[in-house]
Amino acid sequence: MLLSGCNMEVLTPKGDIGSHEKSLILIALGLMAIVAIPVIAMTLWFAWRYRSSNKQATYAPNWSHSTKIEVVVWTIPAIIIVILAVITWTSSHALDPYKPLESEAKPVTVQVVSMDWKWLFVYPEYGVASVNELVMPVDRPVNFQITSDSVMNAFFIPQLGSQIYAMAGMETKLHLIAREQGTYAGLSSNFSGEGFSDMHFKAIATSEDGFKDWIAKAKATQATLDDDSYKALAQPSEKVPVAYYGNVAPNLFVGVINKHMGEMSHDSMHGEMPMDMPHDAPQDSMQGMQMDMHHNEGGDAVSSNITPAKAEK
Amino acid sequence: MFGKLTLDAIPYHEPIVMVTLAAVLLGGLATLAALTKFRLWGYLWKEWFTSVDHKKIGIMYIIVALVMLLRGFADAIMMRLQQAMAAGESAGYLPPHHFDQVFTAHGVIMIFFVAMPFITGLMNLVVPLQIGARDVAYPFLNSLSFWLFVSGVVLVMMSLFIGDFAATGWLAYPPLSGLKYSPTVGVDYYIWSLQLSGLGTTLSGINFIVTIMKMRAPGMTMMKMPVFTWTALVTNILIVAAFPILTVTLALLTADRYLDTHFFTNELGGNAMMYVNMIWIWGHPEVYILILPCFGAYSEIVATFSKKPLFGYKSMVYATSCIGVLSFVVWLHHFFTMGSGASVNAFFGITTMIISVPTGAKLFNWLFTMYRGRVDFNVPMLWTVGFMVTFVIGGVTGVLMAVPGADFVLHNSVFLIAHFHNVIIGGVVFGVFAAINYWFPKAFGFRLNEFWGKASFWCWLVGFYLAFMPLYVLGLKGMTRRMNHYANPDWQPYLIVAALGAAVIALGIFCTLVQFYVSIRDRKKLTDPSGDPWGGRTLEWAISSPAPFYNFAIVPQIRELDQFWEDKQNGVAYVQPAKYEAIHMPRNTGVGVVMGAFGTVLGFALVWHIWWLAAVGLLGMIGAFIARAYDNDIDYWVPAEEVEKIERSRHAQLKQFQTTQVAPVAAPSRQKVA
Repeated sequence: MLLSGCNMEVLTPKGDIGSHEKSLILIALGLMAIVAIPVIAMTLWFAWRYRSSNKQATYAPNWSHSTKIEVVVWTIPAIIIVILAVITWTSSHALDPYKPLESEAKPVTVQVVSMDWKWLFVYPEYGVASVNELVMPVDRPVNFQITSDSVMNAFFIPQLGSQIYAMAGMETKLHLIAREQGTYAGLSSNFSGEGFSDMHFKAIATSEDGFKDWIAKAKATQATLDDDSYKALAQPSEKVPVAYYGNVAPNLFVGVINKHMGEMSHDSMHGEMPMDMPHDAPQDSMQGMQMDMHHNEGGDAVSSNITPAKAEK
Repeated sequence: MFGKLTLDAIPYHEPIVMVTLAAVLLGGLATLAALTKFRLWGYLWKEWFTSVDHKKIGIMYIIVALVMLLRGFADAIMMRLQQAMAAGESAGYLPPHHFDQVFTAHGVIMIFFVAMPFITGLMNLVVPLQIGARDVAYPFLNSLSFWLFVSGVVLVMMSLFIGDFAATGWLAYPPLSGLKYSPTVGVDYYIWSLQLSGLGTTLSGINFIVTIMKMRAPGMTMMKMPVFTWTALVTNILIVAAFPILTVTLALLTADRYLDTHFFTNELGGNAMMYVNMIWIWGHPEVYILILPCFGAYSEIVATFSKKPLFGYKSMVYATSCIGVLSFVVWLHHFFTMGSGASVNAFFGITTMIISVPTGAKLFNWLFTMYRGRVDFNVPMLWTVGFMVTFVIGGVTGVLMAVPGADFVLHNSVFLIAHFHNVIIGGVVFGVFAAINYWFPKAFGFRLNEFWGKASFWCWLVGFYLAFMPLYVLGLKGMTRRMNHYANPDWQPYLIVAALGAAVIALGIFCTLVQFYVSIRDRKKLTDPSGDPWGGRTLEWAISSPAPFYNFAIVPQIRELDQFWEDKQNGVAYVQPAKYEAIHMPRNTGVGVVMGAFGTVLGFALVWHIWWLAAVGLLGMIGAFIARAYDNDIDYWVPAEEVEKIERSRHAQLKQFQTTQVAPVAAPSRQKVA
């Protein structure tokens, strides 16, 4: 097979979500091959067989209808699509990026902020943060809360599975789990301007001890991520080396979201935020918009993201 | 006085742009000098620029599209070269700011200023001839549509040399396309060139719906319409339904940039996701706007060259209509990764894969048209078979990405790039070249050279596979789109192959240009005296090549689906009528050109915030339109004697041809199904 000759990251997943997605890709391709391969073969065969120089072949110059053939060519693809539709429905729910992963192990929360042009990872449970390096323990689910402090980006670690957009003023969610230790490429997959091409990070899946050590190393770093240092970090920059912050202002992530909400920011955040609010804005509105409103209501499809931010206070 | 425009707007420091500018200036001056020397200005103005003849407008659309194909392809070569070079520590030769404009311009130009005018041009050339009409419903509007489109083209080309173009990707998602992150005039050029040409597209959509609904020859019921006309009808309905959404979306983005509103930025409750939804509510029907007429062209070609009626005409019509309706309920599959719920994603995924059923049925219908045929592999048929094989692959990868779970790892990767080039090159570009080769004799009176046509086909086919199969693999290796450079050296060999593929495609484009040159040179030898070079089935082949300006001396009566084919079978195809009548025709007008020119001025002034000039442009457009509205001398009658004279010479030519040739147009005798 063409695909086996080279190492393809998406088809060599290192986590549950990626594995599920890999098998989904292969199943879908297999189902479609049932129609696609005969069509290609028939095209070439008919083109050759009925070439005008081949007088042996039957010629039926007025034949243009056959109910039997019509029924077959509409029905067989339709059946395949019905099967694929069922798979689509179940897999979309199973692989919903917002769905927490079922696991005995306690999940780790990582708050992800895409910036011009680097990634900030905040570990609220440990009060540390890192730039362009994401460390996670294997076999423990990671709950990502994702936003952007700039334009739209997408948070993606191809070998672990799903990606999701990072958008200013909003929080998106992603749940992943790594099953093998290793260092995987992480990137933004949504074009975000001049420094986009260097907007990668290392995603390191390590043992529980390795993770503890890493947290300790980050904790030991003198740098503090507060109002001033955040502002400095948020300035557009490229190829930013890995950096750690041993101390992170609480609610930094919510503050980043609210910063982009303008007049709609929540007043309770005022004062706790590590950055300036627009002082002239009436601070009476709402929480940073949560992208998961509909997920809390048993998968109600209607209140999806098509409706803009109009959540009640 | 000049708004934001200063001399600094000219990118002196970009050698690539400056060399291009020099080449364009020299080429332009040479062209102008040649036109003056050979005294062609009057001819061009009278016969072409002011023409309201749908055939000439169609030809002009296609010529502009070919020129813009060269521009868009130059961008493609630059990107492929950059990505082939820029591995590891290498930064390549294009800085990000330039590279980002190049891929944005490539997408915008290829879709709006190449694919769209190709399609609109083909519909212009063919639809009225296929339905037995003498022109479109609103000939002046047609001319205006064309010139508005040209003003968009001019604006996009100006952005190369004065200021810059958007560096946002071809759909200009906010907030990146907002004033905060894109403070230069690039996005403004994007907005105004699309607004001008989009207005032209909407107007021509209305024009063609009315033409097809109201101007069919007597007896041509909907289910006797040629398939190309059917696909054109559905496409124009899609245009009229979808393009106003684009207009509104861009207008709101304009308000955000010019009037400090916040439709698409978070302040005051705006939201970028709204833009993403709206642009794709237009954007997805847009791809069907492009592909459906190509499906129509393939249908005509496969029937003609298999010397059989199209298999399953009705099923083809229903499939086309199904696709048209479904194309409006699939847009969300362009952003499954934006955080919609699982049910929403699954819904849009499933509607998307449902489209593959009618599309698959179409493929089978083309297959069974070849079945038990006598297939001639002229150039149009080669493109058609190449399409059938290639498109299946693109369809499979498309349905794959319609599964949200699969899209979560394939979205925005170069796998996606490979997919849509697979369907747009394999479907639209192949279709356009098939159609150009097929209908060229009807437009110009001589066939295109077969050898260079075949050479072009093979270069494109091989080049396409070389250029895009590696991208499928790279997508599975986790390479994302729009990268200026990359750290992973594993990717480079694939990108070098892709660049070679682009070079082979370049050879294909070169062969097409040679094909035009050789064919014009050998036009006597390639002449089409019968008007029916391929043994056609539909009405356009009943008249002379090139078609007379009034198309049909006598409006045909329709009783059958393939009326002309039936007439040939019954030996009544070329019966000369006893008497001719005077024909009512629209008069040429320069108002379209004038309005297009003022439109360019308006767009340019708005880009640079030169408000007084914008007022001049707008008032000029309105003034020209009012002047036109008070012009009562807009039509004339062609006297019966003149029609008779033209038709006599046509019939004389036909007789001479039929006696010298052993009836190559006559079809084989009827046979029962074996």
